[in-house]
Amino acid sequence: MNVFLKSSIGKKLLMSLSGLFLITFLLVHLVANLFLLGGDDAYNVATHFMDTNPVIQIMQPILAVGFLVHIIYGIIIELQNRKATPVKYKLVNQKESSKWVSRNMIWLGLFVFAFLVLHIANFFVKMKFGEMAEVNVDGVTMHDSYALVAELFECKIFSIVYIIGFIALGLHLHHAFWSAFQTIGLSNDVWRVRLSVLGDIFAVVITAGFTIIPLKIMFFG
Amino acid sequence: MASKNINLKLKVWRQENAKSKGQFENYDLKNISTDSSFLEMIDVLNEQLVGENKEPVAFDHDCREGICGMCSLFINGQAHGPDSLITTCQLHMRKFKDGETITIEPWRVGSFPVIKDLMVDRTAYEKIMQAGGFVSVNTGGIPDANAIPIPKPNADEAMDAAACIGCGACVATCKNSSAMLFVSAKVSQLALLPQGRVEASIRAKNMVAKMDELGFGNCSNTGACEMECPKGITLAHIARLNREFLCANVKD
Repeated sequence: MNVFLKSSIGKKLLMSLSGLFLITFLLVHLVANLFLLGGDDAYNVATHFMDTNPVIQIMQPILAVGFLVHIIYGIIIELQNRKATPVKYKLVNQKESSKWVSRNMIWLGLFVFAFLVLHIANFFVKMKFGEMAEVNVDGVTMHDSYALVAELFECKIFSIVYIIGFIALGLHLHHAFWSAFQTIGLSNDVWRVRLSVLGDIFAVVITAGFTIIPLKIMFFG
Repeated sequence: MASKNINLKLKVWRQENAKSKGQFENYDLKNISTDSSFLEMIDVLNEQLVGENKEPVAFDHDCREGICGMCSLFINGQAHGPDSLITTCQLHMRKFKDGETITIEPWRVGSFPVIKDLMVDRTAYEKIMQAGGFVSVNTGGIPDANAIPIPKPNADEAMDAAACIGCGACVATCKNSSAMLFVSAKVSQLALLPQGRVEASIRAKNMVAKMDELGFGNCSNTGACEMECPKGITLAHIARLNREFLCANVKD
C-alpha cells in the first residue's frame, strides 16, 4: 500500500479521489447557498439545518482532510514535475498542443486556496466561533446568517473578489472533472468527449450558481 | 507545389558534452530547396561547417522515413516541428518561410541527458522496456494460425498502440516530462492481446515503477503528448494503463 501511494499513479489517484470528493462538496454547498434566493428566512433555516445536521457535522473534519490531501499532494506532484524538467526550453510553443488551464492547474488551485482562506475567515469562522445576531423563524431561534452574507456582499470589492474566485474555480474544474476520471482509468476516446462536456456544464453551473449570490445582493439587496 | 529555394537563419543549440553548459549558435543558410527534408537541411549546414573547418552539429537520425524513432529535435518550440503526425525526418522545408529564423533545441528532459549538441540519451526508455515491455514465451514450434481468436477491434487498438516508435516526443513536449504516453502504448499493445494479457498486471506495475525510479514526472493530463505524437497514440491508452496499474494494486 505504501509503495502504491508513493508511485506516480498512486499519488494521482489521491488527487483524483479527493478532487471528486471536493466536487461533491461544491454541489452540496451550492444547493445550500441557493436558498438565499428564497429570502432571509429560507436561507437562515437552510443554514440552521446544515449547522445542526449530524451528517454535515461529521463530514466537516473529513472535508478538511480532503482539502489537505488535495492541496498537499498537488504541491508534491508539482515539485516533482519541476524536478523532472531541470532545463527549460528557450523557445516553447505550448499553446499548439495543450490548453492554458491544463498547464496551470497548480496556480489556479493555489489561487482558489487563497480564496478559500479568505472565505473561511469571512464566514466559517464567524458562523462557528463568532458572535452572531439571532433571529426567530417559526418559533426556532437561530443565527442570522443572511445578515452576515448580505453585509459582506454589500461591499462591492468583496463581491468582485468572490466572483473572480468563482471564475478561477470554474476554470480549475474545466480541466479537473474529466482529468479525475482519466486518472482512475474511467475514460477512453468516446468517454473523454462526454466527460469533458459534462465537466464544462458542471463548471458553468458551479461558477454561475455561486456568482448569482453576490450579484443578487449587490443589485437587489 | 513548385519547389523553390529559401534562405534561413538557424539558431542551433551547441553543447560539447553532458557536463558542459551549452549555448545557441547562429548560422545563415542559403538556397535551401523547399523539397528537402529538415534533416537534409541540417546535412547542408554540416557540409557548410565542415567546409569552414568547424565542428558539424551532432543530431540523431537513422531510417529517415519516420519508423525508427531515432530523430528528435524541438523545432520552433514544438517536438518534431510545426506539423502533426510526423517525425522530424518527415518534416519538409516547405513548412518554413523564406528568411525565417528556426530555433532548434534538443529534447529537454531530466531523464534524457544531452550527449552532444542535439543528441540526447534515451536509454531510460530501454530501461522501462526491460522492466516489463515484453511477453515471456518459451520458444518452440510455430503455433497454428487463428488458434487464438482475437476480436478485430482489439487487434486494431493493439496495432495503434504498437505504432509507438519510442522517439520521446511525448516526454519532450510534456511540461512535466512524464513518460506516461510511451509506457501506456507499450502496456496497451500487449494487454489487449491474449498472449500479453497473462503478464498484464505485473507488466504495468514494473514498468510504472521503473518510470518513476528513472525520474520522469507525473502526468497531469494536459494532452500535449498526443498532439505531438508522430504516431497518433491517444490518451485513451493512458487511461488503460491507469486501469491496469490500479487493478494490479487492488489485487495485492
